[in-house]
Amino acid sequence: MDSHAIATEHGEHELHDEEHPAYLRHHFVTVDQQRETASFGMWLFLLTEIMFFGGLFMAYLLYRNWYYDAFVAGSNTLGIALGTTNTAVLILSSFTMAMGVYSAEIRSRKGLLTSLSCTILLGLVFLGIKSVEYHEKYVEHHIPGASFSVEDFVHPSDKRDVPLAPDMAQHAQLFFFLYFAMTGMHALHMIIGISILFVLLYQAYHGAYMNGHTSTIDNFGLYWHFVDIVWIFLFPLLYLISRHPLK
Amino acid sequence: MTASTPVAHEHHVVGPKIYLTILVALLVLTATTTGAAFINMGVFSPIVALGIACLKAVLVILFFMHIRYSSKVMMLTVGAGFFTFLVLITMTLSDYISRNWGLW
Repeated sequence: MDSHAIATEHGEHELHDEEHPAYLRHHFVTVDQQRETASFGMWLFLLTEIMFFGGLFMAYLLYRNWYYDAFVAGSNTLGIALGTTNTAVLILSSFTMAMGVYSAEIRSRKGLLTSLSCTILLGLVFLGIKSVEYHEKYVEHHIPGASFSVEDFVHPSDKRDVPLAPDMAQHAQLFFFLYFAMTGMHALHMIIGISILFVLLYQAYHGAYMNGHTSTIDNFGLYWHFVDIVWIFLFPLLYLISRHPLK
Repeated sequence: MTASTPVAHEHHVVGPKIYLTILVALLVLTATTTGAAFINMGVFSPIVALGIACLKAVLVILFFMHIRYSSKVMMLTVGAGFFTFLVLITMTLSDYISRNWGLW
């Protein structure tokens, strides 16, 4: 270990000068220990997030088995082009965020400002496309609740679609409920993320994160990548896997 | 002092080259999974789609989230999280499958 080598080569005073920057809290011995502890704490939070979204995924899995025809019909009303575009946009934003973490590590203020701005922009593009999709559902009366219409499922306009019985068509509401719950929860995470990004951008503009203490940027990066991972699973489950239903 | 110095994992800076490679891989996999959705593979459609999704998630976790360069305790923590999620799925599904065993 490097820290051992330093500790044995130099005296304790020199160790304090070299290894004790202002941001190192007194209850940590080394910067690496502090960094790892911060990242460990962030991961523990992300584990609770896995279980939170996991519950929604589990519900989707079971209800899709239960009301398979309704879920297939509901899933096929989603636009695959917009979904794919959004996936690419989000992956790109994860890349720009990763570049932000790198910029903070090499202490490049310009790089950090550019990366954070691009991440905000791509996040907003994602939410914009998502709102276009939500609006489509509103126009089509596919939002579950009082104004939900089974018309498109009982009498499909596309001849290739199999008409559903009215009671099964009602269960398409369950698909759309889960669609809105999952993508809505995901979008909420993005809105929170973008809000934090604006704060980070403001701080970075005023010269923050240029002293080697990048835990805040690192941990936000972990959060942003986690939100990306949730979408990586939502995309195939909601948009892709029902294109060729089993007869 | 030496005795009380905790063994912290050495920090590793991941560079733009790796990030760019992973970005390209993720975009290619996204195109692949969308393309595969238009091919009729029967029961394998969801398996292929989720397989590609898992591969993408692993790439993000290992490289964008730096787990590839982290200490074992971090790897174990992340693994434990996904393992617990698998327990959730397995236990619920085994109940769901076996509740009316033989009646379908």
